[in-house]
Amino acid sequence: MSDRLLVGTRKGLFEIARRNGTWVVSEAHFLGEPVSAVLADAEGTVYAALDLGHFGAKLWRRDRGGHWRELAAPAFPPKPDDAVDDPHPWSVGKIWTLEPGGVPGRLLAGTMPGALFRSDDGGASWALNEALWRMPERRQWGGVAGGEQPGISSVLVDPHNPSDIRLGISTAGVWATTDAGASWRLINHGMYAEYMPPERRDDPIVQDVHQLARCAARPEVVWCQHHNGVFRSEDAGATWRDVPAIRPSKFGFAVAAHPRDPNTAWFVPAIKDERRIPVDGKLVVARTRDGGRSFDVLTEGLPQRHAYDLVWRHALAVDRTGARLAFGSTSGGFWVSENGGESWTMPEARLPPVSVVRFAT
Amino acid sequence: MPTVCFTSALKRFLPTPSASVDGATVGAALGAVFASHPALRGYVLDDQGAVRRHVVVFVNGQPIKDRVQLTDPVGAHDEIYVFQALTGG
Repeated sequence: MSDRLLVGTRKGLFEIARRNGTWVVSEAHFLGEPVSAVLADAEGTVYAALDLGHFGAKLWRRDRGGHWRELAAPAFPPKPDDAVDDPHPWSVGKIWTLEPGGVPGRLLAGTMPGALFRSDDGGASWALNEALWRMPERRQWGGVAGGEQPGISSVLVDPHNPSDIRLGISTAGVWATTDAGASWRLINHGMYAEYMPPERRDDPIVQDVHQLARCAARPEVVWCQHHNGVFRSEDAGATWRDVPAIRPSKFGFAVAAHPRDPNTAWFVPAIKDERRIPVDGKLVVARTRDGGRSFDVLTEGLPQRHAYDLVWRHALAVDRTGARLAFGSTSGGFWVSENGGESWTMPEARLPPVSVVRFAT
Repeated sequence: MPTVCFTSALKRFLPTPSASVDGATVGAALGAVFASHPALRGYVLDDQGAVRRHVVVFVNGQPIKDRVQLTDPVGAHDEIYVFQALTGG
């Protein structure tokens, strides 16, 4: 079980640790700066991506000794002349997610605009995945978060095959490579988009995949919190089945998959989609343990009156045992469970708005 | 030689000493600074070398005209200031 959490917020990176049975804020880094992504690798190295409003996307690494050092951030190559009419900027706006690449030293970064970058030297240098960025279909990708830029929010690397990667993109469906990024395919079928005209409702490329999460032990099982509902795939993201049993609502951003049990996943539903607040002002976690046929609405320890917390895509995490979970909200709420979500406790802290939560290994 | 100064807001991330550098344009002068402080470039310019949207560059108190190619001319006694833009509250 992990006793340490990394929490990226609008105003800094916080470490929350379990001490004498309770969870406390143990360290704060980058106070005042927006943290957009964070990763702790198996060796104990911590990576933090900053989204500096004036000065761009930055990347820092902390070694095991606790020393922070700035790394080169992912950046686009010079924009060629034939890309003059490209609808998306050739400049990284935000590092949205950082993931281990499955081999020593390899990291993957999903960004806004929707690009994938790879480092093979622990983040010291980065290269754009040109094959994906140059797909003609990329010009059809839709924007996210009220903007015109798409974003890659989910990067799923097959635990048994680092050349097999699935991407969840807002707004462009699920993309797959099986040759380490040399070629890509749009693979999702079975999702629907109520925000599109009827003739394009089922079009794979218009699907707003808010977040993907896969079962580590059964990586072919993938859960999706989509703009229009919850979906589940048993073939690594190719075909999707609607999960209408989700309660109390089907809108949301975050999803966490149990690392061993392919039938268990957690969501934090909200009223869709113009309001984006919890249903009836009650903050709840929805958990299924039967593959999505039914859901428990978990409330113990969570605010049930006048709670207007929204939980972003990367702000719900489960540890490697599946017993410990944590999530943080746009209101700076933060909760930890040690029993699979049955009950939750709140560390003594009023955090800034939370963008990302991860367990350290 | 024109002088280049940076907002103190950058000091929390990296050193930004004022410098007198060679250069007949804003781009050349900034480029001379970045040559000795390479990490600073990405804080001021975007991936394509244009001034970041929320950064402003002044020459003798006037904002530069060309934020993309940085071709505004500078003379030996000119002062270039790099600030964060007040694009919000």
